[in-house]
Amino acid sequence: MITAFRQYFALCGDLLYWLVVAPFRGRPWRMGHTFAQIVRIGVHAVPMSALTALTIGVVLAMQSAAQLAKLGATMYVPGLVSSSLVRELAPLITAVIVIGRSGSAVTAELGTMKVSEEIEALEVMAIPPMSWLIVPRFLAMVIMMPLLAVFGIYVGLAGGWLISHFSLHMDTAYYINHALQYVELRDVGIGMLKSGVFGVLIITIACSIGLNVSGGAEGVGLATTRSVVVSLLAVFIANAALTALFFF
Amino acid sequence: MSSKPPDSAAGEPLIEVEGLVRHFGKQTVLNGVSFKVYEGDTFVIMGGSGCGKSTLLRHLIGTEKPTAGSIKVFGKEITTMSDGELQKLRGRYGMLFQSGALLQSLTVAENVALPLVEHTKLDAGLIDTVVKMKLEQVGLTGHGHKKPSEISGGMKKRAALARALALDPPLVFSDEPTAGLDPIMTAVVDELTQRLTQKIGATVVVVTHDMNSVFRIGTRIIMLGTGANQGKIIAQGTPEEIRALPDPAVQQFINGEAEGDAGDDSGELLYRQTLLGGSEASRYALPATLSSKS
Repeated sequence: MITAFRQYFALCGDLLYWLVVAPFRGRPWRMGHTFAQIVRIGVHAVPMSALTALTIGVVLAMQSAAQLAKLGATMYVPGLVSSSLVRELAPLITAVIVIGRSGSAVTAELGTMKVSEEIEALEVMAIPPMSWLIVPRFLAMVIMMPLLAVFGIYVGLAGGWLISHFSLHMDTAYYINHALQYVELRDVGIGMLKSGVFGVLIITIACSIGLNVSGGAEGVGLATTRSVVVSLLAVFIANAALTALFFF
Repeated sequence: MSSKPPDSAAGEPLIEVEGLVRHFGKQTVLNGVSFKVYEGDTFVIMGGSGCGKSTLLRHLIGTEKPTAGSIKVFGKEITTMSDGELQKLRGRYGMLFQSGALLQSLTVAENVALPLVEHTKLDAGLIDTVVKMKLEQVGLTGHGHKKPSEISGGMKKRAALARALALDPPLVFSDEPTAGLDPIMTAVVDELTQRLTQKIGATVVVVTHDMNSVFRIGTRIIMLGTGANQGKIIAQGTPEEIRALPDPAVQQFINGEAEGDAGDDSGELLYRQTLLGGSEASRYALPATLSSKS
């Protein structure tokens, strides 16, 4: 446990150096690698996070409609859907999806590279694994998480619209108007900040656990599970903390 | 046992190891290892499984830090070196890993090109030519476009050798270069190693337990012991000197005999005692079900 924390903070320190200091010492970010990772970590996650966000939007609209109908207040459905998506659910759901498909993949990939001596080979070839492997993944994650969350907000709103329009017979313009009415720019900003923080947590945890794998194929499997569990915990705790900080 | 350098090796040693000790927990893997490698040598580190050969090699390339002792490579102490200095030094040697350690995400040709792309300012066309030459040297012409997962274990090893030699380094480390290769490819790799030292003047440090290779390519040999001599040099010298050594552990290893002093085999009496839970049993980490008396 203590070793894991030490490894984690050591990685974060290294990462900070390679992100901030190294580019000014003739070791620029590897943009080619970063774009490749943006595609793998971010773009390929779009269909899944879209589908999840759509179901969440639909469910939000259905649940709130069922409750609000009792009060005769179904006109608040769009606002409820939009504010919960923007403030909480879109960043959180996106993070869960990204942990499941990208965080675990990063841990498994780095872990496999570690046990097959590839990381050591990079070091011995004087190619720092930090610059070759970790920085591109970090940049890709931090760029793509907020974008995926924004995308999730749109798709979730579309899910809410499906229920509002076809079941509650709301006008589309009315739905959009009301949805926007309950969201401020600040909410969007905080939602983006949240997903940025989640991205940092997910990728640093995935990399730290992946780079410290030992024990062959079994070790890689265990590490991948641990990466997912620890990332989920970290994201939910961070979410609670950020919500308390900004909305409470 | 002779410790004087061969005639070809004049001047400063390229690698100088002094009193190297390494513990993993309570286990002593290297126990006071000292030797020198001179320019132009093909220096062979041999010994049974678990004697610490690969660990020793990892110390020489600076990926492991010793518990005690000093290691000088190109005259510079690497045990206390910063990462930055180590990086610079690493540009001057090539390393062939036991498993090959090719990057799975790149093709074979890209793997070989990697050191050239990273550490030289050659243009793409020239790099392409060099890569083709290197692949031809190890008999992999026409396999450059394949991913490492699509080629056999022996081919991976040869590709890794091509990568290690990409920059024509003056010093090459090689961990079990011929393990898993067929006899012909073993000869090819051995010949390549010899050509390195004879034509380019490179120095090669090889870890191996392939006796044919040892005597074919080695100019200086050390042997690490197992069991009671764990992590100690039990023999060193030229191939002829090693062959002539009367030490039974060395002879057993060279001739590949099952019974003898070397290795973990500690005789039938001890074996029986261990099985039956005798006093010696506690010294050996057998599963509790085997070693407990009850």
